[in-house]
Amino acid sequence: MPISIDIKSIEKRFVLRHTRSMKETFLWLLKGRRGDLYKKFSALEGVSFTVEQGETVALLGFNGSGKSTLLKHISGVMLPDAGTVRTRGRVAGLIEVGAGFHPDLSGRDNVFLNGSILGMSEKEIREQFDSIVEFSEIGEFIDTEVRFYSSGMYLRLAFAVAVHTNPDIFLIDEILAVGDEPFQKKCLAKIKELNEAGKTLVVVSHDLDMVSKVCDRGIVLERGRVVMDGEVGDAIAHIRAS
Amino acid sequence: MKMDVSTPDDGTVGLVSPGRGAGLRDVLSSRFLLKLLVDKEIKVRYRGSVIGLLWSYVKPGVQFIVFYIALGIFLGLEQSARNPGGLPNYAIYLFSGIVLVNFFSEALGNASRSIVMNGGLIKKIYLPRELFPVSAIWVSAIHFLPQIIILIVACLFAGWTPSVLQLGAAVVGFVIVALMATGLGLIFGAVNVYFRDAENLVDLLLMVATWASPVLYAWTTVRDQLGQTALNIYLLNPLTVGVETFHYAFWMPTADQTQALPPSFLSLWVPIALALSIVTLVLGQLLFRRLEGRFAQEL
Repeated sequence: MPISIDIKSIEKRFVLRHTRSMKETFLWLLKGRRGDLYKKFSALEGVSFTVEQGETVALLGFNGSGKSTLLKHISGVMLPDAGTVRTRGRVAGLIEVGAGFHPDLSGRDNVFLNGSILGMSEKEIREQFDSIVEFSEIGEFIDTEVRFYSSGMYLRLAFAVAVHTNPDIFLIDEILAVGDEPFQKKCLAKIKELNEAGKTLVVVSHDLDMVSKVCDRGIVLERGRVVMDGEVGDAIAHIRAS
Repeated sequence: MKMDVSTPDDGTVGLVSPGRGAGLRDVLSSRFLLKLLVDKEIKVRYRGSVIGLLWSYVKPGVQFIVFYIALGIFLGLEQSARNPGGLPNYAIYLFSGIVLVNFFSEALGNASRSIVMNGGLIKKIYLPRELFPVSAIWVSAIHFLPQIIILIVACLFAGWTPSVLQLGAAVVGFVIVALMATGLGLIFGAVNVYFRDAENLVDLLLMVATWASPVLYAWTTVRDQLGQTALNIYLLNPLTVGVETFHYAFWMPTADQTQALPPSFLSLWVPIALALSIVTLVLGQLLFRRLEGRFAQEL
């Protein structure tokens, strides 16, 4: 199978800056308090792995282990300080529910805006529009401003747009925790369907039961390092043991 | 997107590095998204307001009246029977400069804030970030349009008969100012992510901009008060040149073409201003691309 995601020994250090004011920066430099300006810590250290097309990978680990940071490197939001990240085809996903939704716009406008932000062309959105609305079960509220939506409606519409972007790599960060049982089932079915169509899935979640249903492979991160990479069952056992 | 060169047959052919775009060229290829962002901005800005887009007429209108009364009448810049040394048709002189400076102020102000304002999105999804400053400039151009229509109507009442050269000069002047605003908008928009002081600096700059170009007074005042060298420095400001092209196109035809342009204005200063604004745009793009790599973690 062709390789879908290729990550080679990436490093990411975050700089925690203690001031955003030019005046303080200048004063602190003058007073020899250079060390107070920022603190560095490593979010990812020497992370390497490849994902083949059609694989379903879970990124597991406790809070602060670097899972979401890694996902942001795959989507291109962040660039590594060292090492390379390469991907094949369109990358899309739900990094956070409804990022790119504007509360003052109608559901319809948001479908266009969000679809376009996720890389769909005008033609693709028009073709998929009815299918998106149907999947989201929003119905007549599609022309209502999104700020009047319940959190469930918001999530359903966001998810519906994301699954219709037809990405080659689908990234999911902690989204299925919201939404009611029937919709969760529907989402899982849709995710499985995408996978059967040969899409690569990368899922970040703390819901280990859901992860074991969706993914075949698990990668466990601890303080920015890969400590385990294997069958999802073994990865979950590793997490539960620590 | 940059293609990596790989040996065939190992399954890595066609892999690309995500998050490394082509800058402003990517904006050209995502025109539909640009249009949606501009539509969003216009819809959201006037949501819940009774007179909506009319605000973009009211604000410059009031500003114009205040300046006209204070400067034209009280301080005697308007030519009249008692004040023959003033500028003929001062109202049109004033308004043709104000509309262009307002466009510049709004465009640069909003572009400088655009990256921080859209931080939520930039942190989560990769898209060409130049879209945000460019859409801010575009929105300002849409607000500029009704003002230029009012200006043209006023000019027609004052017996406006411009030549093709004059109209062409105004178009070039607008392009100069728009490029300049885009370049500076990219610079301050990116710097603002790291230092929020940048937007205050821009506010200061914009306050000076109205007075540092011949909007309220004539360029001849600069020469008469400060001399030729000062005038040359003054004309190096692309905004000054932009405003002067607008005077050339809209005001001079109504003032019996009596007032002269600065010496070698069309042959020398307009090309210089155009070159300067293109340089600003290129520098802005380079700086923006250097800084955008860390937007997601700094926002």
